[in-house]
Amino acid sequence: MRILDTLGFGKIALTANPTRTLLILLAMSIGVASVIILTSLGEGARKYVSAQFETLGSELLFILPGKRETTGGLPPLLGTSPKDLTIEDALSLKRSRAIAYVAPVILGAAPVSFASREREVVIFGSSSDLKAALDLPMAAGHFLPDDDPRNAASICVIGNKLKKELFDNKKAIGEWLRIGERRFRVIGELSAKGQSVGMDLSDTAIIPVASAEILFNKASLSRMIVKARGKESLDKAEADILRTIKQRHDGDEDITILRQDSLLQTFDGVLQTLTWALAGIAAISLIVAGILIMNVMLVSVSQRKSEIGLLKALGAPTRQVLTLFLSEALMLSIAGGIIGVFIGLAGAKMIAYFIPNFPVQTPLWAIAASLIVTIITGLIFGSIPASKAAKLNPVLALSDK
Amino acid sequence: MIKLQDICRFFKVGDETVHALDKVTLDISRGDYISIMGASGSGKSTLLNMLGLLDMPNSGSYQFEGKELTTLSEEKRATFRRENVGFIFQSFHLIPRLTAAGNLELPLMLMGMAPKERHTKVKDALANIGLADRANHLPKQLSGGQQQRVAIARAMILKPPLLLADEPTGNLDTHSGNDVVKILEELNASGITLIVVTHDLELGERATRKIKMLDGKIIEDVTSEKPI
Repeated sequence: MRILDTLGFGKIALTANPTRTLLILLAMSIGVASVIILTSLGEGARKYVSAQFETLGSELLFILPGKRETTGGLPPLLGTSPKDLTIEDALSLKRSRAIAYVAPVILGAAPVSFASREREVVIFGSSSDLKAALDLPMAAGHFLPDDDPRNAASICVIGNKLKKELFDNKKAIGEWLRIGERRFRVIGELSAKGQSVGMDLSDTAIIPVASAEILFNKASLSRMIVKARGKESLDKAEADILRTIKQRHDGDEDITILRQDSLLQTFDGVLQTLTWALAGIAAISLIVAGILIMNVMLVSVSQRKSEIGLLKALGAPTRQVLTLFLSEALMLSIAGGIIGVFIGLAGAKMIAYFIPNFPVQTPLWAIAASLIVTIITGLIFGSIPASKAAKLNPVLALSDK
Repeated sequence: MIKLQDICRFFKVGDETVHALDKVTLDISRGDYISIMGASGSGKSTLLNMLGLLDMPNSGSYQFEGKELTTLSEEKRATFRRENVGFIFQSFHLIPRLTAAGNLELPLMLMGMAPKERHTKVKDALANIGLADRANHLPKQLSGGQQQRVAIARAMILKPPLLLADEPTGNLDTHSGNDVVKILEELNASGITLIVVTHDLELGERATRKIKMLDGKIIEDVTSEKPI
């Protein structure tokens, strides 16, 4: 029998009972659509997180004092170390050709006050390299000047939230603040965009690192933020850092380097798994649809017994009857799958339209996978009724009224 | 043409064994017009199914033009049916969702004939039974007589040498029944072997060879010289 004839025969059989056919198509397409919508959400979340890391810059390396056996997570605020990281360590790293910027960082908390207002915030002691490394945008004024970081100038840059709390809408540039026991002149103000994953700079004051040493009365850095010259220099930068620090610390490799890209990979892996899990949950509805197909086909086989008997009397062998019924099941599941892809894509678009902030991205593999699963479902659940039809005894089938 | 030797067919019904065919031996020549009569359960339908290879004997031999058929595989039996046997049923067995032309086309489609060739054959066959203008009618839009004529045309479309009819007039009024019998007898006159299973005495008496069955055995086998 010709393939087109087989399909034509199936098509007539399916259209002869439109309600039943439409119901199966509905079930199948809902299954496929839910796979596509859920994976779109999962994939969207993954892309969103990746993009967030990208804005922070994936060429970043965080150097923490002390050796820690960690590969992920956020760096602790204060670390202890057998050998302190110093401003000199930071300056020596700048000699590496793989490294673009080195920002020494001393973190601490101190009350910041202006006139009668006071606020306890995180103080960043750093250098002009911090702006370049984190790509911080300014709302007004300048960042810390590009001079020797050992210079303890009494100047500060404040985040936009801190500015609002202390100054409201008044001009802050040029005013003198009190941070802890010392007075600082405001020279710049970060814009609201200066935020990224794990680091909120909106409620901080940034002062020269040497001033922070005096303010908090300590000579050790909390960390260093290093930006490599491009992604391809990351490995070289990491090696250079280890070698330089080892040299300066009498042969001890007493630092921990966290790489932005390894953090990103961890998040990426987690979210990829989440997407797969969502797809798996949705696939259950495909199996339910498959069972529905099987049920309906079984009913159809028992209703068409005499037709099956006739086909056999007309010279159709078992194999041909099997093919006829299997192709009906396959046509149902594939048609349902294709309709489902369109419903799923439309649904993803709808979500993106009504919730613009929610990232939605339909992965191609989800479309391909759901169609393949659909075909397999049709084959598996169609083969049971089809083989039942093929095995019917023609004499009994013909006498079935 | 056909040689049946000691054909047995029994069914187990509970503890009992029912002999539908009990050592049936029968010779059929090409062009015969045979009626098989008998009460319900006498085994006449089983014999017809056996001749059409829809059913297989438990023992005995069935030779068709010298070839043993009882050892054929399922696939070969299907091919044999397609090439050599036309079936006519009491309830016509037209597929309700296919048109008259679609039903006629079915055997051609199953054997994989090209659509163009099929359409010419179907057109000719419909013209032969006088239903050319009903080609696109569904079975439910045709009268019983017309449906049976479509079924006969379908059975004969591949020109098999053997035509098996199981109560062909059972669901028809006298008038359309006579039409159907006329067509069947014309086919027989053209050389096709016709075997009719029936309850209808009048129809049974028309055959040149009349076989009576009882409890799975042939109890009478009379050949008259000429059709009445």
